[in-house]
Amino acid sequence: MKIEQYKLLEKSLLKDFINSLIPIANVYAPVSKGFNNYVFQNIKSADEVSIKYIPTIIPPKKFFLPKKENILQFFIEDELKVEPVTEYENLIIFGVHTCDIAGIKCLNMVLSDKPKDTAYLIRKKHVTIIGIECNDYCDEYASCSFVGAHMPTTGYDLMFTELSEYFIVHIHSSKGMDIIEKTDIFKDASIAQLEELKILRNNKMKIFNNEIPTERRYLPDLFDRSFNANVWKELEQKCLSCGNCTAVCPTCYCFDIKEEVDLTLKAGERYRVWFSCQLDPFAKVAGGHDFRKERSARQRHRFYRKFRYHIDRYGMVFCTGCGRCSRTCMAKINLKEVLTSLIRESEAKIWRKWL
Amino acid sequence: MAKVVIKDSPYNLKKAKILDVKTLTEKEKLFKLVFEDKTWLDFEPGQFIMVSLMGIGEIPVSICSSPLNRHYFEICVRAVGKVTNSLHKLKAGDIIGVRGPYGNGFPIKSLEGHDLLIIAGGLGIAPLRSLILYSIDNRRDFGEIHILFGCKTPGELLFEDEIEEWSKRLDIHFACTVDRADPDWKGNVGLITSLIPGVDIDPLRTYAAVVGPPVMYKFVIKELLAKGLPVDQILLSFERHMKCGMGKCGRCQIQNLYCCKDGPVFTFKEIMDMAEAL
Repeated sequence: MKIEQYKLLEKSLLKDFINSLIPIANVYAPVSKGFNNYVFQNIKSADEVSIKYIPTIIPPKKFFLPKKENILQFFIEDELKVEPVTEYENLIIFGVHTCDIAGIKCLNMVLSDKPKDTAYLIRKKHVTIIGIECNDYCDEYASCSFVGAHMPTTGYDLMFTELSEYFIVHIHSSKGMDIIEKTDIFKDASIAQLEELKILRNNKMKIFNNEIPTERRYLPDLFDRSFNANVWKELEQKCLSCGNCTAVCPTCYCFDIKEEVDLTLKAGERYRVWFSCQLDPFAKVAGGHDFRKERSARQRHRFYRKFRYHIDRYGMVFCTGCGRCSRTCMAKINLKEVLTSLIRESEAKIWRKWL
Repeated sequence: MAKVVIKDSPYNLKKAKILDVKTLTEKEKLFKLVFEDKTWLDFEPGQFIMVSLMGIGEIPVSICSSPLNRHYFEICVRAVGKVTNSLHKLKAGDIIGVRGPYGNGFPIKSLEGHDLLIIAGGLGIAPLRSLILYSIDNRRDFGEIHILFGCKTPGELLFEDEIEEWSKRLDIHFACTVDRADPDWKGNVGLITSLIPGVDIDPLRTYAAVVGPPVMYKFVIKELLAKGLPVDQILLSFERHMKCGMGKCGRCQIQNLYCCKDGPVFTFKEIMDMAEAL
């Protein structure tokens, strides 16, 4: 902790700070929609913002990998002309929780892997992330400490943490520094506040205790031995294959590529659009053969993509513990419960190896 | 929202001109293509390209010509869907979009110095034709070459002229079979698996390359293992509906492997314990 990287903001001045962002760029922040639902939405005033919120319906991945995104425009009048395109805007996302920052880091990993997704990287360059640290669980669905996403580490420009009297702000990039320097409402932090932050973080370790009865490092082993577990077969009966879990997941990025011609039949656009491994046509090939026909196989695929496959490929767990999939599931499939029963079922096999 | 043109987008297309269209059977046509900017497609046998018909769609297609041919490249397309049916309506001179090549082809360097057993079922001959033509062009780099080809009926036999030529060559062992014969058919009748026990190979110095419909693999592999082929010398090329070709869209994922990036050619050893692969 370097004291120069920290600034203080009086709690009463938070709204002034948010309002100071609005002239700089399009500001998106969590806005309440009633019934405990929140949405990252373009705001015109700080009064709209909910500082305390449970994870929004759709995570901030929508700014990085929009639901529908043009990738190519073409003209077919006399001669075929093709132009790869992308759209971006300068935007500031205010109030991102650490779980969603972890989600963005996962997307960065995938889309900057070779061959690089240029459109994504351009868009990412124009986004400023201002985080807010959670001092307590949002609700019972969260499992952020299990995946290690409950503490701010990297991936943001500014991080706000609420102390007893102030917000302490961690400046983590030059983009963040520029924003701080634009206003004069920030004060320098002193040793006392840094101490308070340390105590708060230590306290958090006690509040956020492991939600799932195993450790993260045992995940590869657990999943290697559970491919044919009964847990998956039970999901066959429950899952409705609606694809909600993947739509709201901050690390689900699978997409389909489609295209449309405009009414003149002379030009059109090719776009990519979110798709889901839970839906029927996802793993089908030309002859009609479906490589993941059963819903249990699709659910299993989702869990393995979160907790196993990407550990090999990118060295990261692709679950951020935000709990959105469990909150949104119509059939009440709960990620924490599935993992717990998976551990219960495979315990015998795994303990033998660990001992 | 600001809109920018990104020239280095991985989704950018190269324009390719159709030099010639040849009708092979009722359902399959062979397209001879060349890039408009006179560059050539640098690929390995077994790799695939993404073919675009603007306004209709984009599909993955394997390249079926020899990589040593610098004048043009060829794709063999069966009319099954929206894009392929539209492709069949095109004539010489028409322009299509192409990006690629993508994926890992057949590991030529490991194949050199070994015997080849090439097993094709139906349209599976397309990616294998690239390998066959390559091995004929570099005939001295390979030992014995066996080609087994099977399809449903004699009417569905692809590349008939070339097959005739291969079967006459003294340095290639060629056998062909159909599931159901017609009165004019003089060759073998039966599934492709019925040909395998008869081939005379030294299993330890042979690489098998198998491409065919999903249902074929299980039975062919069983026969090859019975022949004594090591699991890492059985090469399989898989079909999935790739959308991006770059290991991102997730459509072609087989457990932790992406068919487009890690495949489409896999050794049996890599996928033998994987559900969802075959």
